[in-house]
Amino acid sequence: MPRRIVIGIRGVGHRVIDSVWRLGYASRFFLLTLLKSGTSFRRFGLIIRELYFTGVLSLVIIVVSGLFVGMVLGLQGYETLQRFGAESAVGTMVALSLVRELGPVVAALLFASRAGSAITAEIGLMKATDQLAAMEMMAVDPIARVVAPRFWAGVISMPLLAAMFSIIGVFGGYMVAVVLIGVDEGSFWSQMQDAVDFRYDIVNGIIKTCVFGVAVTAIAVFEGYDAAPTAEGVSGATTRTVVTSALAILGLDFVLTSVMFRGMS
Amino acid sequence: MTPEALIETKDLGFSYGDRSILKGIDITMSRGKVIAIMGGSGSGKTTLLRLIGGAIRPSSGYVKFAGKIVHEQKRDELFQMRRKMSMLFQFGALFTDLSVFDNVAFQMREHTDLPESMIRDLVLMKLQAVGLRGAHDLMPAELSGGMARRVALARSIALDPVLIMYDEPFTGLDPISLTVIGNLIRRLTDALGMTSIVVTHDVQESLKIVDYVYFIADGVIAAHGTPDEVRGSVAPFVHQFVHGEEDGPVSFHYPAQAYARDLKLEGSFA
Repeated sequence: MPRRIVIGIRGVGHRVIDSVWRLGYASRFFLLTLLKSGTSFRRFGLIIRELYFTGVLSLVIIVVSGLFVGMVLGLQGYETLQRFGAESAVGTMVALSLVRELGPVVAALLFASRAGSAITAEIGLMKATDQLAAMEMMAVDPIARVVAPRFWAGVISMPLLAAMFSIIGVFGGYMVAVVLIGVDEGSFWSQMQDAVDFRYDIVNGIIKTCVFGVAVTAIAVFEGYDAAPTAEGVSGATTRTVVTSALAILGLDFVLTSVMFRGMS
Repeated sequence: MTPEALIETKDLGFSYGDRSILKGIDITMSRGKVIAIMGGSGSGKTTLLRLIGGAIRPSSGYVKFAGKIVHEQKRDELFQMRRKMSMLFQFGALFTDLSVFDNVAFQMREHTDLPESMIRDLVLMKLQAVGLRGAHDLMPAELSGGMARRVALARSIALDPVLIMYDEPFTGLDPISLTVIGNLIRRLTDALGMTSIVVTHDVQESLKIVDYVYFIADGVIAAHGTPDEVRGSVAPFVHQFVHGEEDGPVSFHYPAQAYARDLKLEGSFA
């Protein structure tokens, strides 16, 4: 049916144009957020307040998840390494896995689902209940007053949460490998100390968390601000935040890993 | 434009795409008056407020506020202009993460360098004016609908605006709250020398407090006059609206094709 084909092609075209338009709109919104960040830094109290909601309130989930991930790594690492008689390297494996990959990626995924979704829902509901419109009418720019403080709070708290995740994860690995299984404590720590390079492993890990922090929070604030002002609109935006953030984190992780780690140590 | 006119619209029109919401609206609003804009749901009343506040741009004509054309102002100038106007949203639109006190103090903290002690005094005075000084510690979620509307009213007079726009201030209120809000609008307008525009479809309550009424129907000014003129009007639209009658120029049915044709009965009984 030629008519159906035409409609199909037209539909695809519409979707592509819509996506490109939305990407452009999101980029413009991101730039505006950066440009209007002055107020947030002049009145740092605005950021501190948001740091509590995005950072402090995410601590529990980050700490508990970090502990379990570290414990699982300790178990799996020991199980595999002892086959080769290299169980003393379990500390190295746990630390490198966490600092390079699992710390930044898992913490960012948790951050997106805990804090990112909350930011989207909050801004979306503020829009649905006319709070953003009321602010505009009071001659206060919602991007400067509502969006920018939340964005910077997310960017600041993400690396700190990921660091916390890795530290607790290493502790979890230690608990399982050394305390539970009985790997030699001295070799656990000394091999870790020897193998983990500050600039190559830790700094690269921190760079990753910063990139993820910007990506997740930028997606969260944009989706909230762009949400249709209805119950379905806000719930759809919250879902999009989690899904898009997860895809962005994993995609960016591959790009960053391929640039940072090429087997040269 | 007469010297005392605060707002003047000329040939004002607005459309969403092909759908025309308002067309050819000419209104002059004097200082110190309470003016009602009435009309059925979806008649474009709120759109008119948004045009006056500069939230949307007109498709034709203009709105003048204090002698300046609103949509020609740059963003900074528009924000300057908005400091002189205020809007009370349908359900108050209080900031849910701030207490009643902080809601009323919001604009003072954003736009002035007043010391916190003076802000405290001012906020308590504004809350006293709406009878809610004792509720300054509460959060918006703890307020009833009428109280939230009164807090929003206190917030909207925080910086002593020259114009307040009320978007459906009477919706969903019990009879006591309704009278309280109505009287507050009148009293505050007179005491502060402001101009108030009340968008509403609550005829009886608003006719008690307003100085002049404009009726909007199908995007145009269908009638206008003082409350007494409105009550005595024999114009079919005004009569139907004021007395809430089902039959009249405003049809009960949304435009549709013939009923029989929709039910595929045409010709069945021929």
